[in-house]
Amino acid sequence: MSEYPPLTFNVPAPELRPGDTPDFSGVEIPRAGAVRRPRVDVDPKEIRDLAFTIIRVMSRDGEALGEWAPELTDEDCLEGLRHMMRLRAFDARMLMAQRQGKTSFYMQHLGEEAIACAFQRALQKGDMNFPTYRQAGLLIAQGYPLRTMMCQIYSNAEDPNHGRQLPIMYSSKEHGFFSISGNLATQYPQAVGWAMASAISNDSKIAAGWVGDGSTAESDFHAAIVFASTYKPPVILNIVNNQWAISTFQGIAKGESGTFAARGHGFGIPALRVDGNDYLAVYAVAKWAAERARRNLGPTLVEYVTYRAGGHSTSDDPSAYRPKEEGDAWPLGDPLLRMKGYLIRRGIWSEERHTQAEAEIADEILSAQKEAEEIGTLSSGSGPSARDMFEDVFEEMPPHLIKQRQEAGY
Amino acid sequence: MAKMTMIEAIQSAHDTAMDRDEKVVVYGEDVGFFGGVFRCTAGLQEKYGPTRCFDAPINESGIIGTAIGMAAYGLRPCVEIQFSDYVYPAYDQIVSEAARLRHRCAGDFTCPLVIRMPVGGGIFGGQTHSQSPEAVFTHVCGIKTVMPSNPYDAKGLLAAAINDPDPVIFMEPKRLYNGPFDGHHENPVVPWRDHELGEVPEDYYTLPLGKAEVRRSGEAVTVIAYGTMVYVAEAAVAETGIDAEIIDLRTLLPLDLDTIVESVSKTGRCVIVHEATRTSGYGGELATLVQEECFYHLEAPITRVTGWDTPYPHAQEWDYFPSPERVGRALKKVMEA
Repeated sequence: MSEYPPLTFNVPAPELRPGDTPDFSGVEIPRAGAVRRPRVDVDPKEIRDLAFTIIRVMSRDGEALGEWAPELTDEDCLEGLRHMMRLRAFDARMLMAQRQGKTSFYMQHLGEEAIACAFQRALQKGDMNFPTYRQAGLLIAQGYPLRTMMCQIYSNAEDPNHGRQLPIMYSSKEHGFFSISGNLATQYPQAVGWAMASAISNDSKIAAGWVGDGSTAESDFHAAIVFASTYKPPVILNIVNNQWAISTFQGIAKGESGTFAARGHGFGIPALRVDGNDYLAVYAVAKWAAERARRNLGPTLVEYVTYRAGGHSTSDDPSAYRPKEEGDAWPLGDPLLRMKGYLIRRGIWSEERHTQAEAEIADEILSAQKEAEEIGTLSSGSGPSARDMFEDVFEEMPPHLIKQRQEAGY
Repeated sequence: MAKMTMIEAIQSAHDTAMDRDEKVVVYGEDVGFFGGVFRCTAGLQEKYGPTRCFDAPINESGIIGTAIGMAAYGLRPCVEIQFSDYVYPAYDQIVSEAARLRHRCAGDFTCPLVIRMPVGGGIFGGQTHSQSPEAVFTHVCGIKTVMPSNPYDAKGLLAAAINDPDPVIFMEPKRLYNGPFDGHHENPVVPWRDHELGEVPEDYYTLPLGKAEVRRSGEAVTVIAYGTMVYVAEAAVAETGIDAEIIDLRTLLPLDLDTIVESVSKTGRCVIVHEATRTSGYGGELATLVQEECFYHLEAPITRVTGWDTPYPHAQEWDYFPSPERVGRALKKVMEA
């Protein structure tokens, strides 16, 4: 007989499953303005606590509080709200289009609109994002044409990707938006490499990598932070923690202690944790991290705490694995409504103007959709040619592909 | 012209490419200060500084992943994987990312990247330092796979690979680094300085990717080989006296099918030789192509001589390694058919 009791196996589980009543009263949420803002050249050792708290700016009453409150003009703020509204309305239309059979698949941003929309404001022309599938806000915030996004989603004849990729896998070098891959976390070391190249070239551009909470478990996440800690390139390493990786709660990727941001500590990388539903806080933290990168101070790891209010994709049904009411009970609220409340309190917005803006945006999206659908959808109209799929495998088509293209009848 | 080993030729390819194009960046495990465990990057850090030739963490996925980012930025990274046996952690980055990037975004981003790796056995490297994984790359659309067999080709093909607009897997048969090894391990090593292909121009030059080379003209049978097996085939031909034509593929993908078809149409017989395991090996693809293109010229079944479908053994290395005797038996068999 062993002197020890039998070993037991630990499988983390979320506190709540369908049928349970969401209760986040035990979750400690720091009040807005409570967290200090260090200098950008701070010794990472001095800010280890910032990986365990949540940087917040907007109060419940719609005030911007504390050292992190950014200096944004009225127009900047209004534009930020419009970007989020546009993204949300775009999502709603495209979800419907998918349900109508106009495309095969869609992924929405519901509840996470603030993160990419606000982050992009901290970047400059020439900087490069390496996004996941849930950062279309980076494009929307730059005024990228909605019609072109729709052409991509519909895989029609004007899809910039020539119908070769799943819907929403956008690419735009011109907009600092690296081609999205469906393989998870591969873009993270690529972002680090791009930033290394900028530093090697004595350039001034910076990169931003994006990953979700679930994909931080990928080896490539660790590869990226190893290389980032070694060469200290100008890169912002973003983790969007929306609590759910399809049906898997974040505790499976992270375990039951610590935070995702704290993963930076072992690598000597400054790590911040921020309220991802607070447009002002996201922008302020992004600006801080971008400033570090531009001043050659190296990488920053940022965890955005948010909640995926919708399904993972159109192929997902969250009611099978989490309480339906969980999103409503989420203590960090709705990023769009919070920004709206802030702007009203700031005295530059009103319910009437909001309703009017919603209508304008709905019109804008509808007309973009009409134009895109006139070209074609996945199920109708003109699509990319079959002959075209043989192009771009290599810059110059090798003999075996020419032969296969002929065999295919093109 | 200078006498160079394959190692020196590869070093010279790096050197001349880095000298003419400051976008060329070289890194990998032990590649910087030390110059690589096989010395293929010796002296580059000293000459070009640590921002253009540097040591990388032991993380192959990170090496390739960062190199893809650099290539997308506009640099021309040429990275080393210390042994091809170590490349598998980077397979996702190679297959899903480097190989697909140009296609998936219709050329918005591209990936001019060279991934060098020593391959093959004959050095008592056991199963983790001896593999020939070319087929796991030739099966992937969007990457080129190159394997030189001598110093002159190694330099010219590596320079071309670095210049290429698409990702290239550059496989270096490590048993050939110091001399043209023919499989007779009991004999002393023949150094490259005694071989005509050890004559290498010191200046920059390229050789076209996708072009095979006929190493020996012959009428009786075509031997398709690459890497170390070119010399094993030469030994087998010398020992059997069979008038074989030996084709050194040099580039596996894109394949120079014309040279193969021309030769087999002439000889009517074909033996394919590679070190890699047989099942689903590149020889299977070659045999199919020869069958498709040359069926009415064939006078005997196409035969393969390959490594066995076992992990590469340590003590039994010479029972595994395709020997001149095995190639010779195959040649006799197809001649008798």
